[in-house]
Amino acid sequence: MIRVVLPAHLRTLARVDGEVQLQVDGPLTQRAVLDALEARYPMLRGTIRDHVTQRRRPFLRFFACQQDLSHELPDTPLPDAVATGGEPFLIVGAIAGG
Amino acid sequence: MSTARVLVGTRKGAFILTSDGKRERWNISGPHFAGWELYHLKGSPADPNRLYASQTSGWFGQIIQRSDDGGKTWHQPGTPLGEPTITPEGMPKGESNKFVYDTSSETGKSLTTHQWYDGTQHPWEFKRVWHLEPSLTDPDVVYAGVEDAAIFRSTDGGKSWHELAGLRGHGSGPQWSPGAGGMGLHTIIIDPTHHNRMFVAISAAGAFRTDDGGKTWRPINRGLHSLYIPNPTAEVGHCVHRIAMHPSRPRVLFMQKHWDVLRSDDAGDSWHEVSGNLPTDFGFPIDVHAHEPDTIYVVPIKSDSEHYPPEGKLRVYRSRTGGNEWEALTKGLPQRDCYVNVLRDAMAVDSLDPCGVYFGTTGGQVYGSANGGDSWAPIVRDLPAVLSVEVQTLP
Repeated sequence: MIRVVLPAHLRTLARVDGEVQLQVDGPLTQRAVLDALEARYPMLRGTIRDHVTQRRRPFLRFFACQQDLSHELPDTPLPDAVATGGEPFLIVGAIAGG
Repeated sequence: MSTARVLVGTRKGAFILTSDGKRERWNISGPHFAGWELYHLKGSPADPNRLYASQTSGWFGQIIQRSDDGGKTWHQPGTPLGEPTITPEGMPKGESNKFVYDTSSETGKSLTTHQWYDGTQHPWEFKRVWHLEPSLTDPDVVYAGVEDAAIFRSTDGGKSWHELAGLRGHGSGPQWSPGAGGMGLHTIIIDPTHHNRMFVAISAAGAFRTDDGGKTWRPINRGLHSLYIPNPTAEVGHCVHRIAMHPSRPRVLFMQKHWDVLRSDDAGDSWHEVSGNLPTDFGFPIDVHAHEPDTIYVVPIKSDSEHYPPEGKLRVYRSRTGGNEWEALTKGLPQRDCYVNVLRDAMAVDSLDPCGVYFGTTGGQVYGSANGGDSWAPIVRDLPAVLSVEVQTLP
């Protein structure tokens, strides 16, 4: 199982507390994580990446293992520590006021 | 005894205010969807317990919420709490947030461009839902006015949305441009007597009408005069802020434009100015008394760059003659040092007797009048900035 940390507003939307744990089959990539997340929590579709282009929404960032993965390609493998569940995949709202 | 239920959208959540028919003591629930912008909430005339809400965020995009119990509980249509999150066919749900312009050759229009602030052309980009207008007869049918300007329809209670592409495809799109708040379709009025007729308004494109259920649209801006565009009497390009109609007289429309208050007596085919003695004819909302089709309300705002009441006095103006002759309504409203704004979707009337009138301010106050505007009292004073106010009159 992998671990995903959602920003507070998306936890509310998905009606979850704390981390989300997901089963992801095959190579672990951003796309695989987000596909699994949206399949489990379809109410999140469109909130993290665009419905059509599948691009990351501009005010969201992806981090893991103290690395900024926001600008990695969607099919780039994620760190092993994420794949083993040792470290979470972090979806973070950019600090932009409001 | 009848009940008034006021649905308030704010910059940081939604609030529901309820009172009995006296409208003296109010119960306030909320914030619902705390921390999100709630551009608009509206109830179905066919089923008052069916509410729709537009929840939006610069971070997370557009969410549509629905309540089937008058606002006690909410869910995203198609993904109710506790139900499977995939369809029987194995497809994931979650289409209720999906607003995609219809560019198909069968039913849609190619995605062209509109005018940007600097006069260059800019592609259409969906940003948010400004206004939700439920059908008068079917609670599962609801229209959404969106930014960048287009109209969508759901026929399954908000689970999925499809653009009525004839509006964006009218051909005048390259002359449409955003107002200061964006290029939003903010007004949708359904004609209660003409089954296939609807009116919409866009900032800054103008007013449009369909007579065939949304397949085709035509601009209805003859008589509008806007000094801020190169051709002041152009067919499109006018910054219409709001249109209102009384259901008993659907050919009569009232308009608050960027500047000017106007009236049409022929379903928008032509307009004439009725600003009369208003202290300023700039403003955002306009509404019609529930029982007196010639009694209308506006909130004059000083100017297009000074979005607050003239002289720091918050005054609703009422005309009992369908325009031109206006009286200031001040009793109970702050008459000094008031510099709030009242946005276009932030005024509504109930259908009790006497008619109740409500409006919300960018300062977080929601004012109500239980006597047609003669006197006012704050229902609540310290909400986040109010974006929209709707009211339901419940038996």
